[in-house]
Amino acid sequence: MSAVDATELRIVGFLCNWCSYGGADTAGVGRFQQPTDLRIIRVPCSGRIDPLFVVKSLINGADGVLVSGCHPRDCHYSEGNFYARRRLEVLKKFLPILGIDHRRFEYTWVSASEGQKWKTVVSTFTEHIHQLGPAPKINREALVLARTLAAKAV
Amino acid sequence: MKIGVFVCHCGSNIAGTVDVKAVADQARTLPEVVFASDTMYACSEPGQEGIIEAIKEHGLDGVVVASCTPRMHEPTFRRTLERAGLNRYMFEMANIREHVSWIGKDIEANTRKAVDLVAMAAAKLTHDKGLTSKKFSVNKRVMVIGGGVAGIQAALDCADGGLEVVLVEKTPSIGGKMSKLDKTFPTIDCSSCILGPKMVDIAQHPNITLYASSEVSGLKGYVGNFEVTVTNKASYVDWDACTGCGLCMEKCPSKKSRDVFNEEIGTTTAINIPFPQAIPRKASIDPEYCLKLTKGKCGVCEKLCPTKAIRFDQVDREVVESVGAIVVATGYDLFDHTRYGEYGGGRYADVITSMQYERLLSASGPTGGHIKRPSDGREPENIVFIQCVGSRDKSVGRPYCSGFCCMYTAKQAILTKDHLPESQSYVFYMDIRAPGKMYDEFTRRAMEDYGAKYIRGRVSMIHPKGGRYVVRGADTLMGTAVEIEADLVVLAVGAESAKGAPQLAEKLRISYDAYGFYMESHPKLRPVETNTAGVYLAGACQGPKDIPSSVGQGSAAAAKVLALFSKDQVESDPQISEVDIKRCVGCGKCIETCPYSAIEAIDFRGEPKASVIETICQGCGICTSTCPQGAIQLQHFTDNQILAEVNVLCQQSMQQNYE
Ligand SMILES: Cc1cc2nc3c(=O)[nH]c(=O)nc-3n(C[C@H](O)[C@H](O)[C@H](O)COP(=O)(O)OP(=O)(O)OC[C@H]3O[C@@H](n4cnc5c(N)ncnc54)[C@H](O)[C@@H]3O)c2cc1C
Ligand code: SF4
Ligand code: SF4
Repeated sequence: MSAVDATELRIVGFLCNWCSYGGADTAGVGRFQQPTDLRIIRVPCSGRIDPLFVVKSLINGADGVLVSGCHPRDCHYSEGNFYARRRLEVLKKFLPILGIDHRRFEYTWVSASEGQKWKTVVSTFTEHIHQLGPAPKINREALVLARTLAAKAV
Repeated sequence: MKIGVFVCHCGSNIAGTVDVKAVADQARTLPEVVFASDTMYACSEPGQEGIIEAIKEHGLDGVVVASCTPRMHEPTFRRTLERAGLNRYMFEMANIREHVSWIGKDIEANTRKAVDLVAMAAAKLTHDKGLTSKKFSVNKRVMVIGGGVAGIQAALDCADGGLEVVLVEKTPSIGGKMSKLDKTFPTIDCSSCILGPKMVDIAQHPNITLYASSEVSGLKGYVGNFEVTVTNKASYVDWDACTGCGLCMEKCPSKKSRDVFNEEIGTTTAINIPFPQAIPRKASIDPEYCLKLTKGKCGVCEKLCPTKAIRFDQVDREVVESVGAIVVATGYDLFDHTRYGEYGGGRYADVITSMQYERLLSASGPTGGHIKRPSDGREPENIVFIQCVGSRDKSVGRPYCSGFCCMYTAKQAILTKDHLPESQSYVFYMDIRAPGKMYDEFTRRAMEDYGAKYIRGRVSMIHPKGGRYVVRGADTLMGTAVEIEADLVVLAVGAESAKGAPQLAEKLRISYDAYGFYMESHPKLRPVETNTAGVYLAGACQGPKDIPSSVGQGSAAAAKVLALFSKDQVESDPQISEVDIKRCVGCGKCIETCPYSAIEAIDFRGEPKASVIETICQGCGICTSTCPQGAIQLQHFTDNQILAEVNVLCQQSMQQNYE
């Protein structure tokens, strides 16, 4: 079933204020229709996104997490997105170790002018999460283990 | 904490596809929310008054407004809170317009989403702290980097406004490209007649210090208190003593030095004043060609100089200048046409650039204003102008329009007819782009009154033939191939970013685009500001620009500086990082990652700790996600604040998923 017709899933978006949040605004101003599953958390810079925010969201039951920032070299803070790229790339490799399907996490670069691109990113990712279906149920032990792991990592 | 929630209809913008009443009802059930209502236009005067009333009536500690994007009205509502006596950071916004009502038509789904966004904002708000800005004093001096027409205008406007100005120019004279031009479109007034007096004003203004042959080599500090290191290149002449009499030039035996001002048509002496109207009017020695410096012989100038100004042992020297603001006006460079092999790749003597042609037209140029072919000095009859050489051409990495070439080509065609009434000009063009005031009329005049033949199409090939050149191209309007025998070919080379622009940007911590042009804060609303507080842009360094726009930007940048300095103290943004000294282990990871060098190592009771320099921190939070201890936290975007949002969002689904 396509994302639009299905029951909503829980998708968390972490967006930098300057580019991607602006891009999401531009998509809104352009009235580009998108699936409603995503909820956006605004941060100043993609470099502010601690990979643990992503892990925490997924462990807490999010079905998907999308991170988006300024295109590399376009960062408002000159190099925050380079830090982000490195961290998020490592995170992608690390998720399976936590027992999380890495396909539930994606990161992209969308600039403030790219409303159309934002629509595409959201639609594709949402569709993709719907194909994966709701995140698997978590049992108590796995949760406790994950929590301790996460706590240690902090 | 007592939170108030205000859900905005935004007319039908939100209320049309979100059940705003239901959102307000749901909000009332949230922890710590003691008041929630819906309002027609939250940002309107009555809307804001309603918020203020509710704050007073219900003794609210914080406010959530669910309306449009915070990028629009966050400052508005923060002021509202302040008017009601609350700290302006006790405010959160839920974006239920751009991110909800405008992108989905399903009222039920939209309403659910809006409820979630309000809950997230309220959860974050429970962790918000009141923040206060610090005030710090500003040093009311300004540095202008680049002495083209944009920089000159900015410097003069600031100086006339009573500021002390330091002007730094890379070459031995100010004036930039405009000083090389003969006449200027669309009025055909003499370039040096309008620029010359301004250059003299720079030299004579009591508020302006000029460093020519100088470049910025380092920057420390922040808005209001920058420390800029300027490297002054050795000229081998003591400029305090040099009077610019030019005696040395007359007798220098080395005459092969590069004549940069004349675009290297011809050469100049090893010791030279770049051009007669140069400011400062001082001689410099080109160390590559000076016989004394290269071979240890000669020294004629030293013997001749009436003021004993020659210093063969001079070295580069550094000066540090303290300023409160910086205007960057480093202009542009011209595309290197030798990359076009089909146009001869620089091998044909009579295929020249538009700037070289300006010098040929100029009465102060190497030919005294007579159009002569570089190869044999003959006056050309057929002159072909080719536009868009290094503009609008993806294959050479210059897909953008350089903006002024259509206009200067028309100007050059007009001037050519004035100089050589018997000549015939041909212009190969892609489109004519002439959107300025009186611009289109101007290009038409070139065609209609001056008989320049405009041919729409690109030139595919130029090859020499018996002392002339065959220019072969397509006429895309006629759908035919054309061949013209030319005596002289002028390439309208496009604009590209100034050499070293990215390196300077990195020193100044401003951003640049894929082509090396500097980025403004907002393409429409903040065209001369950068995202680094206190650093402004003027002229073609921001993108190709003609003289009127460059001058306009110079004045605009000056206005920004004057406005900044109109207060004795400026306020800092308190949304910056803060170190929890107890948690900090002094590893220094944050110091390494901070792109602004805003964190310093301090000694705290014998232990190394990190400390944020409040005025430099720009609030990106990179340090916060770097610190292994969670010791450095970006205020207003702390881990707890962001995780509060995550929790609200995911808790629900976790309960569903949890066995
Ligand atoms: C052939 C030709 C003809 C033209 N004719 C016209 C015309 O008729 N009318 C018109 O309106 N426009 C014309 N233009 C456009 C005009 O040249 C520009 O609009 C104008 O020069 C832009 O001024 P600017 O001060 O921004 O840049 P520039 O003139 O490029 O000045 C920049 C200055 O900064 C200096 N600089 C660069 N880097 C540094 C650094 N790192 N540190 C210190 N200093 C630095 C440079 O040496 C230079 O002096 C013409 C352009 C060309 C190529
Ligand atoms: S990274 Fe954290 S612990 Fe290390 S010095 Fe900075 S604040 Fe202290
Ligand atoms: S928030 Fe950014 S600018 Fe401020 S100290 Fe941390 S890394 Fe540096």
